[in-house]
Amino acid sequence: MNDQSLSISNPTPFFTDIYQKIALTVAALTVVYIGLLIVGSDPLTSIASFWLITLSFTFASLLYTWRAYRNKSAGIKNDGVWFSSLIARGAIGWMVGIVFTTFYVLLYWYPSTLGLGMGADGSNTGLVAVFDPMSYWIKGKPASEWFMYGFFYSLAILVLGVKFFVKYRHNTYHKWRTVSVVFFQLAFAFTIPEILMGLNLPYNNFFNMWPLNYYFFFDWNINQMIEGGTLGIFMLVWGIALVLIISPVLAYFYGKRWYCSWVCGCGGLAETAGDPFRHLSDKSLKAWRIERWMVHLVLVFAVVMTAMVLYSYFSGNSKVLFLDSYDVRAWYGFLIGASFSGVIGVGFYPLMGNRVWCRFGCPAAAILGIQQRFFSRFRITTNKSQCISCGNCSTYCEMGIDVKWYAQRGQDIIRASCVGCGICAAVCPRGVLRLENGPGISQRATEQRVITVDGYQDN
Amino acid sequence: MQRKKIVILGNGISGTTAARFIRKLSNYEITIVSEETDHFFSRTALMYIYMGHMKYEHTKPYEDFFWKKNRLNLIRGRVKEIDFDNKNLLFDPDKKFDTIFPAPAELTYDYLILAVGSQPNRFNWPGQDLNGVNGLYSFQDLQYMEQYTEGIERGVIVGGGLIGVEMAEMMASRKIPVTFLVRESAFYSNNLPKEEAELISRHLKSHGIDLRLNTELKEITADEHGRCSGVITSKGDEVPCQFVGLTAGVHPNIDFLSNSGLQTDKGILVDEYLETNFKGVFAIGDCAQLKNPPEGRKPIEPVWYTGRIMGETAAHTICGKPQVYNPGIWFNSAKFFDIEYQVYGNVPPENPPEIKSIYWESENGKKSIRINYLKEEKCVTGFNLMGVRFRQEICEQWIAHKTPITEVLKNISAAAFDPELTSNPEKNLVKQYEIETGTKIPSTSTRGWGSALKVLRKLKNI
Repeated sequence: MNDQSLSISNPTPFFTDIYQKIALTVAALTVVYIGLLIVGSDPLTSIASFWLITLSFTFASLLYTWRAYRNKSAGIKNDGVWFSSLIARGAIGWMVGIVFTTFYVLLYWYPSTLGLGMGADGSNTGLVAVFDPMSYWIKGKPASEWFMYGFFYSLAILVLGVKFFVKYRHNTYHKWRTVSVVFFQLAFAFTIPEILMGLNLPYNNFFNMWPLNYYFFFDWNINQMIEGGTLGIFMLVWGIALVLIISPVLAYFYGKRWYCSWVCGCGGLAETAGDPFRHLSDKSLKAWRIERWMVHLVLVFAVVMTAMVLYSYFSGNSKVLFLDSYDVRAWYGFLIGASFSGVIGVGFYPLMGNRVWCRFGCPAAAILGIQQRFFSRFRITTNKSQCISCGNCSTYCEMGIDVKWYAQRGQDIIRASCVGCGICAAVCPRGVLRLENGPGISQRATEQRVITVDGYQDN
Repeated sequence: MQRKKIVILGNGISGTTAARFIRKLSNYEITIVSEETDHFFSRTALMYIYMGHMKYEHTKPYEDFFWKKNRLNLIRGRVKEIDFDNKNLLFDPDKKFDTIFPAPAELTYDYLILAVGSQPNRFNWPGQDLNGVNGLYSFQDLQYMEQYTEGIERGVIVGGGLIGVEMAEMMASRKIPVTFLVRESAFYSNNLPKEEAELISRHLKSHGIDLRLNTELKEITADEHGRCSGVITSKGDEVPCQFVGLTAGVHPNIDFLSNSGLQTDKGILVDEYLETNFKGVFAIGDCAQLKNPPEGRKPIEPVWYTGRIMGETAAHTICGKPQVYNPGIWFNSAKFFDIEYQVYGNVPPENPPEIKSIYWESENGKKSIRINYLKEEKCVTGFNLMGVRFRQEICEQWIAHKTPITEVLKNISAAAFDPELTSNPEKNLVKQYEIETGTKIPSTSTRGWGSALKVLRKLKNI
């Protein structure tokens, strides 16, 4: 027998109507327009191009969402997911992956190609210049490539957050956490730091936690905070307290999810723009092995790098043993900060799923994972023996956890990588899974509650 | 000493569970034979492959390395004949499969487990063997449905059970109009109480299903190519269609065992150890028929969960720990389009005089909770839930401990299993009870695992 999905024999694109096709076309044309801005000059004024891009993306997303869910009853609607070229690694998926990746490569290493400082007197041209008017309005300065990126990022979380919200409108847990990630992105990741920058105050995303925020302890950042008056000192104290006290306490009570699927910006993008790609994560045991090695090695790298940077900061000596701490931090920034979290992290959404960075690379996720695995009251409870091994939970786990492996044994699920998005519980057709916090976690995790012969009742 | 040879016929949930437990409990040589697929997959997930939620490989409960690692030999082939006297299986050499586990000519065993599943019922309807007429049970049935529903204008489903509604949802997901013939006066009403059956019937209609109640299939008509062209119903209506789904239940797949000396009725007859009339030959899952079923249970229960329990039970007996089949308190689950269904304990379609129900239904008609209890003793006997999730452990314990309805309602939130932050539909049931009986039920439990654990501890210490 051919061990292949039957879906291959069904090339029918899954019922995008004419309006959805228009929406996708508008989005694609906007991408082309952005490409033109990158290679050529702006045919319109900056402000016109800004509104054109913003409104057409918003329009496209809202139109698509409206048509997709307008006549659908509330509930899980994953119809045709594996028949789609865009989200099931078809030709369109690969194309989008390549476009994303290219954009990130330009953003991180060749920002001048995006128009950064390419005009007369170092003013912006091209794509970056499009964001000058808004940047002036917020902070009285021209846009940087990061302002532009931050804007796109926030817009994506907002408009695709709306889509996610509508898709899961039957589930209050998903509605609240979507509101939460959108709020933290718009307020704390984008607006507040930009306003602070405009006021010449020290600026920071209060919730961008070390070691995800790997430059928190870099000399320039420490100096900015120390020299930044009360606000700066508060930022320093807050940043340290976040890592050492606030986060561990919240992770104890609620698990890693308080951060990864409710607050974090990387998580925010993954849960909104990345949601359609969640099923592409690799669920194999082999992938889990690779994940554990990689994510913890990155954590070690981050800790060692930070320790060296701090040593240099306090001793004034940049040489640590035979290494220069400035070289090490530069390598970290290049390999992890840019290549891994940026280029691969988002560029590979259509190829490896929406949590590639969070799963294989994020050092903050690694710390939270250790806390969750060993010291937390969070778990996913399995409803005794109701599992039918259908595989929906594992398929739609963005972190590549083989959820059903536990569920079909009647075991609770406690995995370091689980970000608590709750989609496994939502897609379960038999109501088998529930995210919850509570006592007695470790004993429950080893119990196999589908076993009937030796009698669970005796416990 | 030679290791005992176990052969398991059928790689579904029953056979695979048996194999897993025999491996846990022994060092026997285990071989699993299947005609259907190389590896075990979840039959209940077939619909999701058709709907594009998953691919076939996602429906495999274990990764492919699992079998070798656990020393479970796999064979793909069709068994032509079983010689029970000489403990030998003969394979059909003419039946070829595209497989990495080719079958030998024959295979001997010390213990044989028959876990051969069922087949969709066909009640001798005229036209039932036309092209485009099929049930949905096996992987091959799914391939058939895939082939025969491509580009069609309408599908008709015959039989208002769980597979029928799955087929309806499958076709609806591809925007194929569906006519659904149901013999009863409401969908699944031979299993569900009236209110729930009507709730689901309304839900099916809201999804555009042309639900025809009190209607049976009379005849399937053919076109000139021998393919079905429509159905004629018992009411004389003609419904043109290009695919007919036969979902009026299943029966054990035992035709190949006739005249083999094995005692059969509708299914393979087994005793309380799940052993057949041949010593060392067991039958489990859909194909087994209990000679003396446990009280309140049917002789044949073609359900995922009972298959799993039977597999575990037979494995213990074979491994020298004889075990009487005890399925425990009945439970089952399903999903009807958007509405999940869970049942714990005994919830008959019509209450006998000694049973009373407390029933609540949401205003939008998409959620309901029913708790059955004894009129006199007041202890709970069953839970029936639509669109609401409850904890199996707690419901079972309440039933097992004959907990009074008032005590259950006090702690009802501890049993709630809906996602966090959702509204508490179970509170409405309590209100309903207060209004109906004029009593006041003080709530003593909140939602969540901590509260559930308290209730469980208390119950288990009784």
